Amino acid sequence: MPPSIDLVALAIAIAAPIALMTLAWAFTRASRRRQEFTSPVDRQTYETLHTASRAARHLQKGLTAEGAPKVAKHLRTLLGTQALALCGSTSTLAWDGTGTHHRDQVWRLASEVLTSGHTVVLGAKEVACGDPTCPIRTAILVPVISDERVVAALAAYGPAASPGLVRATEEVAGWVSTQVELADLGPQRSRVVEAELRALRAQISPHFIYNSLAAIASFVRTDPDRARDLLLEFADFTRYAFRRGGTFTTLAEELGNIEHYLALEQARFGDRLQVSLLVAPEVLSIAVPYLAIQPLVENAVHHGLESKEGVGHVSITASDLGSEAEIVVEDDGIGSDPDVVRAVLAGVQSGDSVGLGNVDARLRQAYGDDHGLVVETAPGAGTRVTFRVPKFAPDIQPSSS
Amino acid sequence: MNTSFGITAISAVCLVTLTIGALGFRLSRTTSDFYVASRMVTPAWNASAIGGEYLSAASFLGVAGLIYSLGADMLWLPVGYTVGYLVLLLFVAAPLRRSGAYTIPDFAQARMESPAVRRLCSVMVLAIGWLYLLPQFKGAGLVLHTVSGAPLWVGNLVVAVVVLINVVGGGMRSITLVQAVQYWIKVTAISVPAFVLVSWWLHHGQPVPQVTALRPDQGWALPLSGFGGVEHPVYATYSMLLALAFGTMGLPHVLVRFYTNPDGQSTRRTTLVVLALLGLFYLFPPLYGAFGRIYLPRLPAGISPDSITLLLPTVVIPGVGGELLSAILAGGAFAALLSTASGLTICAAGVVDQDLVRGRLRRVTGNDARAINGFRIAAVAAVAVPFVLSLAARDLGLADTVGLAFAIAASTFCPLLVLGIWWPRLSTTGAVAGLLCGGVLAMSAVLTTVIGGLHGGWAGALLAQPAAWTVPIAFVVTVVVSMATPSRIPRGTARTMVRLHTPENLVLDRAPR
Repeated sequence: MPPSIDLVALAIAIAAPIALMTLAWAFTRASRRRQEFTSPVDRQTYETLHTASRAARHLQKGLTAEGAPKVAKHLRTLLGTQALALCGSTSTLAWDGTGTHHRDQVWRLASEVLTSGHTVVLGAKEVACGDPTCPIRTAILVPVISDERVVAALAAYGPAASPGLVRATEEVAGWVSTQVELADLGPQRSRVVEAELRALRAQISPHFIYNSLAAIASFVRTDPDRARDLLLEFADFTRYAFRRGGTFTTLAEELGNIEHYLALEQARFGDRLQVSLLVAPEVLSIAVPYLAIQPLVENAVHHGLESKEGVGHVSITASDLGSEAEIVVEDDGIGSDPDVVRAVLAGVQSGDSVGLGNVDARLRQAYGDDHGLVVETAPGAGTRVTFRVPKFAPDIQPSSS
Repeated sequence: MNTSFGITAISAVCLVTLTIGALGFRLSRTTSDFYVASRMVTPAWNASAIGGEYLSAASFLGVAGLIYSLGADMLWLPVGYTVGYLVLLLFVAAPLRRSGAYTIPDFAQARMESPAVRRLCSVMVLAIGWLYLLPQFKGAGLVLHTVSGAPLWVGNLVVAVVVLINVVGGGMRSITLVQAVQYWIKVTAISVPAFVLVSWWLHHGQPVPQVTALRPDQGWALPLSGFGGVEHPVYATYSMLLALAFGTMGLPHVLVRFYTNPDGQSTRRTTLVVLALLGLFYLFPPLYGAFGRIYLPRLPAGISPDSITLLLPTVVIPGVGGELLSAILAGGAFAALLSTASGLTICAAGVVDQDLVRGRLRRVTGNDARAINGFRIAAVAAVAVPFVLSLAARDLGLADTVGLAFAIAASTFCPLLVLGIWWPRLSTTGAVAGLLCGGVLAMSAVLTTVIGGLHGGWAGALLAQPAAWTVPIAFVVTVVVSMATPSRIPRGTARTMVRLHTPENLVLDRAPR
């Protein structure tokens, strides 16, 4: 192909996006970095906070063996000491700075702090080594306390220990304590969600089980075959609802469970309950939180039929939005007061909306605050509940029963 | 050429595409039957959809054009376009599906557990997507120009607008059924005129190609003879094959389709069917190249070889018959580039939205913007950039430009995917180094050729078809850097590997960490 002006255009085709992207990246970086400081104090404050925030990044998962060396580096910058060590409850996690040969004695020195929980200042007699040029002559050992337990010790080493340095070291250890406590909150939150899921499983039972069994009983004489089918549906439903393990399932499985559920409700309501489904086959294999849609359907049946005369419609829609799927559960029932729904979603009040707040909380926990329930309702206008599920979310895999 | 037939065909294709887009989701049936509602997409349907998305203007017009102008070596082109799926089937398809990833950046995040690798992948997806969109726009210009004599930019604009309306209007979210039907429309559009041409040829004396070459050792039908001025044809052919074979797995709009399969096994089946379907389609473009050499040995002035497929019926069969066949081909070509362009735009827009727009939009509007608006802004950007570029660029071969996109995909995503799936010692640093190295080398090779023009000798050949050296280098860099940085191996590697390689029907705790 002969070289021509068009080839240059293609060159731009490739170079332009790369250049643009690099520029954009550089700009955002620069605008964040290049702050004009009016005084040295400003700069000092900025640098201290910046170092602290960089250390905090490595404390996100608590004091871990991987994160500790990086944390130690930033903390030493913060304190300006010759060396700094971090001791976990079972071993020395990190040593940063000069005099690495002192690392072996840290554990022995720290054990007192770890048991007592008090600050200890040690002089040359306990700390110094044979080498006269070694600057490590004193140590300040401060406990890191999380949840009223000593979880680690912070040791600052230097030629001398001034009262100011002791105070500063204690402050830094206090800050680390707060970060470690924050890190502990993460797993705690997921434990809360697990507990909520257990609570939801328990919530399903009383009314629904009673009503289903009553409906089945009414068929035993008149239509034994139907009664048998319904009992099997009931068995399948409960097996799914009480299964163990895995907080995620596929949309197809969740729909299967809703089918069992609706078969039982239809036995009770007969033709009064009309269900319509519109499901994009592309999103059937998507991972959704287990029991995320069934409570919404239960809610819709509840609102669409129980307190209303005549036929009620419930529609379930799952559509493909590219990188996300949108799931909508809608009924044409009595609707409810938006303020009540708002209170239910905020967790202030549980109301008669079975599990609505629970589902909302679990969706937000799994996918972030953008993915909570959206409820559109007004008295007499029906209810429409919508949520979006990303097709891919890190750390989420469906597990089948 | 009679203008009205061609324009009618193209308008019909655009109109149908827009109508389906507007109807969108309503095409699927509302039902009260759970069995009907939760029926998965079968491998055969999904494979047709992949074929519908994959067969672009380059396949429909470009392959015939290159075979016409460069001779027998280019017969490897359709082979390469297909064999990529064999590589995909063997090394990538099932584990990728089991990873749960929707896009390549998703896979990078799941496997490497690093947002940095994810962002790097997003940039690459965008580069490949834009480079691949360019020939679609140019193909549209070419088709419209051949059919009606309109200026080239008109076709570019028509496609850009139709695609934008479709994607921004929230209509065609590449519904599987629609794309599957597209495949069969394309096969029909390219095969029916081909059959007519073949029977015409059989009944009218069966002439053979008359090709006069500058040198006697160069022949159009002679493999590896360097016909059409290709230097080092052996290297060029192998390098092109390598790019196509390893680049297919890195095409963003193809991979998202695999997500529709429920599990790894059905993904493999789908890929197998795709191989058969593409094999069927690619029987036809070489026919047009060959017939072109028989009936139109010298191109009229100012006509690109890429339009040979469209010109041929009118040249061979006089009267309305030829015009009609030509109109069918024009419609088919337009359908091909519309569906590919839509798929690519959705992917590019998805990446721009997720990794660039969404966060910023939220900051500007204070969390008030609806998610769909971010996607719309992104879609405009995703279409506007290649559109402007397509106006600037003129005479580039369609299949050549697509080849460049394949080369970049092969030098970046192939090492990441293959090593990510099969090599537990891949480290985050290694992945980044491989992506950067492969990407920079492949892109600068493309740039050098493109800015400085084709050089003579080995340097020129190496730069024009970079895959043969950039792909191995990217692999080596990834491996060596990974070996040097064992501390940066993602912590969940063992778990991820088990998940990627264990069939779904085995009971296993798949929950990550």
